[in-house]
Amino acid sequence: MNTIEDFILKIESEFDELEPGKLKPESSFREMFDWNSINALVLIAMVKTEYDVVINADDLTKAKTVNDVFKIITSRIK
Amino acid sequence: MALFTLQNLQLSGIAACVPSKEVNNMDYKWISLKEREQLIKTIGVEKRRVVEKGTTTSDMCQVAADKLIEELNWDKSEIEVLVFVSQTRDYYIPQTSSILQDKLGLPQSCIALDIALGCSGYVYGLSVIGGLLNSFGLKKGLLLVGDISSLNAAYRDKSTHPLFGDAGTATAIEIKDGAKPIPFNLQGDGSGHKAIIIPDGGLRNFLSKKSLDYKTVSPGIQRSKLHIHLDGIEVFNFSLREVVPNIKTLLSYHNETLDNIDHIVFHQANKLINETLRKMLRVDKSKMPLSIQKFGNTSSASIPLTIVSELKETIKGKDSRLLLSAFGIGLSWGSTIIQTNNMVIPDIIEYTKPSKR
Repeated sequence: MNTIEDFILKIESEFDELEPGKLKPESSFREMFDWNSINALVLIAMVKTEYDVVINADDLTKAKTVNDVFKIITSRIK
Repeated sequence: MALFTLQNLQLSGIAACVPSKEVNNMDYKWISLKEREQLIKTIGVEKRRVVEKGTTTSDMCQVAADKLIEELNWDKSEIEVLVFVSQTRDYYIPQTSSILQDKLGLPQSCIALDIALGCSGYVYGLSVIGGLLNSFGLKKGLLLVGDISSLNAAYRDKSTHPLFGDAGTATAIEIKDGAKPIPFNLQGDGSGHKAIIIPDGGLRNFLSKKSLDYKTVSPGIQRSKLHIHLDGIEVFNFSLREVVPNIKTLLSYHNETLDNIDHIVFHQANKLINETLRKMLRVDKSKMPLSIQKFGNTSSASIPLTIVSELKETIKGKDSRLLLSAFGIGLSWGSTIIQTNNMVIPDIIEYTKPSKR
């Protein structure tokens, strides 16, 4: 099911330090938790396994919110 | 596409040698405690083995080779080819394989050559030595593979320093009529050569005083141009893009399915990459051994080291089928399927620097 809510649930299950329910579509994911390159890799891995979509460093620089990342993913789903 | 099959080859034994000095990434004080915990959990490297100054890859390969030759009861005069795969050679020139040929007491009639590959080196090395044995009509060969990447990583670079460990390995290969065919799928993409690079000190960019200057690249990353640069996200995406299709092509080329494979041994890049690849292939954890928590990313040595460290007991006396998949610097990647029929695997050897006489 490719909904933003589902995407948020998937992020929450990957990142232990995220309080469930706190992350919103409009949240800036960089500010939500201690953003670093390892977290970026975890997100990329999750997106690849769950959606079979590759997001790159450029995407993560351009995307500001959770919804921005989600839009990139849905635009690339085959 | 480099898809091919080598016949009549037996991998008779594998030995691995690591430095006795062990470091724990919990002691890596350049980053915060929280970062260390995240690093160990996600990247998977808890402990690493690192060489003392003055020890080289070839020293460890030599120890591994001597042990293997002894346990196999091979006559050194019968070894006709030695291939040394490494990106951390003893000298700029000459080639290290010649030094090893001498130190191991191999005959002058033994062909010795270096191959400067890294992460993909074991799979490529197997194909080269197997091809040489077959096409030159030789009988026995030694494949010596390893790296001491810890020396190339800057301490103040959190993206490389806690990742790399050191190791040297030896694999004995011989012609055996009727051995199961060994398929290979080798690929590469040099347009990605800057993803993992030491920029200065080669002939493109000579060593200069500026090469030694430290620069802050990003928070937690300070290094000079003589240190290894690793574009983590680029390498990560490359691995997720290329490795699984490469394996699937190999399997269909060889009319094989993953169900018939006992273990998949990946290059130990980092735990997150390897776990993601495992999920993409939909294989069980028990089928995919990991040694990165104990030894870090040992570059070209990681596949043979993982076989010795994690599979020795499991495959003992069995004819197991292993799929090996290696990928990284170059960019270069490849996979193969081998049999472990009666393979001789000595315990991991710890390298201690011989005291000066």
